[in-house]
Amino acid sequence: MSSESSHIVPYRTFILIWIALLILTGATVAVAQVDLGALNIWVALTIASCKSALVVFIFMHMKYEQRLFKLALLSALIILAVFIGFTFIDVLYR
Amino acid sequence: MSAHEHKDYVGAKFGMWLFLFTELLLFGGLFILYSVYLSRYPADFVTAGAELDLRFGAANTLVLLTSSLFVALSITALRLGKTKQSLWLLAATVASALLFLLNKFFEWSAKIHHGLYPGSPELQAREIGETVFFNLYYLMTGLHGLHVLIGAVVIVWVMVFIRQGKVHRDDWVILENAGLYWHLVDLIWIFLFPLYYLVL
Amino acid sequence: MTAYLANDRGFLGDKKAPGFLGWIFSTDHKRIGLLYFWSIVTFFCVGAILGLLLRLELFSPGVDFMSAQTYNATFTLHGVIMIFLFIIPGIPAAFGNLIMPIQIGARDVAFPRLNLLSWWLYIAGALLAITSLFTGGGPSDTGWTFYVPFSAQTQSNVSLALFAVFIIGFSSILTGINFVTTIHRMRTTGMGWFRLPLFTWSLYATAWIQILATPVLAITVSLVMVERLLGIGLFNPTQGGDPVMYQHLFWIYSHPAVYIMVLPGMGVVSDIIPVFARKPAFGYKAIVVSSLAIAFAGSLVWGHHMYTSGMSDNAVLVFSFLTFVVAIPSAIKVFNWVTTLYKGSISLDPPLLYALSFVLLFSIGGLSGLILGAASADVHVHDTHFVVGHFHYVMFGGTGFAFFAAMHYWLPKIYGRMYSKKLATIAWGFMFVGLNVLYLSMQIVGVQGMPRRYYDYLPEFTDLNRLATVGSWILAIGLVTMFANLFHSVRRGSPVGPNPWGGASLEWQIPSPPPTDNFGEEDPIVTHGPYDFKEAGIL
Repeated sequence: MSSESSHIVPYRTFILIWIALLILTGATVAVAQVDLGALNIWVALTIASCKSALVVFIFMHMKYEQRLFKLALLSALIILAVFIGFTFIDVLYR
Repeated sequence: MSAHEHKDYVGAKFGMWLFLFTELLLFGGLFILYSVYLSRYPADFVTAGAELDLRFGAANTLVLLTSSLFVALSITALRLGKTKQSLWLLAATVASALLFLLNKFFEWSAKIHHGLYPGSPELQAREIGETVFFNLYYLMTGLHGLHVLIGAVVIVWVMVFIRQGKVHRDDWVILENAGLYWHLVDLIWIFLFPLYYLVL
Repeated sequence: MTAYLANDRGFLGDKKAPGFLGWIFSTDHKRIGLLYFWSIVTFFCVGAILGLLLRLELFSPGVDFMSAQTYNATFTLHGVIMIFLFIIPGIPAAFGNLIMPIQIGARDVAFPRLNLLSWWLYIAGALLAITSLFTGGGPSDTGWTFYVPFSAQTQSNVSLALFAVFIIGFSSILTGINFVTTIHRMRTTGMGWFRLPLFTWSLYATAWIQILATPVLAITVSLVMVERLLGIGLFNPTQGGDPVMYQHLFWIYSHPAVYIMVLPGMGVVSDIIPVFARKPAFGYKAIVVSSLAIAFAGSLVWGHHMYTSGMSDNAVLVFSFLTFVVAIPSAIKVFNWVTTLYKGSISLDPPLLYALSFVLLFSIGGLSGLILGAASADVHVHDTHFVVGHFHYVMFGGTGFAFFAAMHYWLPKIYGRMYSKKLATIAWGFMFVGLNVLYLSMQIVGVQGMPRRYYDYLPEFTDLNRLATVGSWILAIGLVTMFANLFHSVRRGSPVGPNPWGGASLEWQIPSPPPTDNFGEEDPIVTHGPYDFKEAGIL
């Protein structure tokens, strides 16, 4: 079927990404030892997002999928962001 | 014509991704609660967060990241026809899952032993924001742990299919979908880890 | 096309899947659609009876025959059944399953076994809900909204009821996943996105909401169960929790849920009006875009259920503004439906009668929705019968009538038999009159100050309550007549051919009842749009 055209990811790529993930994990632990005040959580979330992007795009093959898949994921993330964001319009201004 | 006899590989994967979105939104509800209560009790969250053992958290992060590597490698192995290697990699994934759960068991036991569990007198004596932190902690890591267990079972199931020859180098979408589920479990932990263990 | 054989029962008599087991283990989308259809109609009737009982209690002030506790349990059960077992699954699970794959030229949905699982989950959830009535502390008395703190503390069997809701929600999610994948992947040759019937488009938009919103309900009801069973109270102020957060999480699902309810209804109307006006749908693309816009914008407005909850003023402002915005795409549809009728060749058959009623009644409900959406006005009518009237206009006058329209439109296709159009029209007359008497009275008495969810009321509200109750009886007569007519026709109606209404979409090009494989050996090739009556050769 169309499965023949699907790209096989070499071991090497996965291992390199895994190493990057370990490094980012180390980085986030290291940054957490420094008191940046309110910024800490945002740095931690940013690093977590970078790690997630690596997992999603390479481990989960999203890089090689149709545009539809990427659009769908984006929609889900946007909706979640809306749910969180709009809740904060209430919570922050009570 | 006999197109309807063929399985739809892309469709099967797409359906799995749609299911993953539901898991994202499921945990999303808990993340909404976490973020709201963090904004309400910032100091208490830091105090409570300090009670969590960074070593357990970091170790579990490494375990899950590695388990994701194993399952990703197992797909490549299967597609290259290296069925035995694929099965070993999947076994390693399941082993990692069990290691994660073992860690979690020790971690929770230690907390409970120290009197830090929902409704405990020790917790009630502390600030109210700390109660919220630990309530959320047990709920979110508990729900996540349940998904680790489910993921492990799913992977064992797929291993059985591979042994039976139902999943192989020319029809591997079931393994790929199981892998997707496993990576989601990893992704949730990638966010749980900083939110609970790196609160400063 | 294949000649119609009067004794050919198509998928209904599939010899490869005989008997009872052949039905409840079937992965044929049409059989699953019918399993859903009959289950849904059954639960609608149960819910309707509960509604009639509520109206009976409200005939006079004071206790008529129900204690306050019984009244609370009755409106809770009425809401839970109507919402989770009738309206949300209603059109998608029954008619979506029956018709959508045929409309796109497919043989079945993308995941037929998941489809069957979703029906089993629906039944399992329904059985659990029924069990909750007779076990633990008895039927839930919280209202279908299960607000904390009461739902966390009441002795009634909330946990089991919520678990039932959880299971039913999972059924809805599976339907959503199936439909999105099916519509993306299984359209036949020539069935481009802009040749899809508007009913299919509406199911597509709905399915996305089912996927993205329902999980939030799942976690929310789980948290209440967790508080009841484990004492972990994330909404409990004594544990630092915020009860308003329950409302946020609950309505984050339940507002989009009303679009799960209404979008398929709009889709049914969008398919019916062109056929019975013998005119292509006006503004096809606008209707498509507005469906997707409603799905998205509907996810932004949940706070309009919470104006009086203690939310920040900023939130009240933002949600109120956005609520007005979400009315716009709905209005666009109304304009397009009316314009489709203009200078059309109208046949006022029962499907059109119900479809036109939808347009009127949904609009009335939509207008009262604007009043509710305006925060300043809402403060006065929140939790009064004005709200109850509003949502019954949109859900009953709207989606309910669309469900009835779908029955009158598609059951002849499914069973190959026609009902009495005269009786259908008479039934409609009773229902239309009864519904308006019932819910208009409610809206008036609501503005006058009668609160909802109370078994009793002040004496000055008596006359309108009596009128409403009489309206419910007229409505009930219509319902009984309608169902009797349809059920009789299923077995003994006069046989019809493939296309009794002159539709141009694919379901009308195959026999009635459809064969198990829908299109026979060859997949259909589509060369025109769903409302191109000339190209389809329909005079």
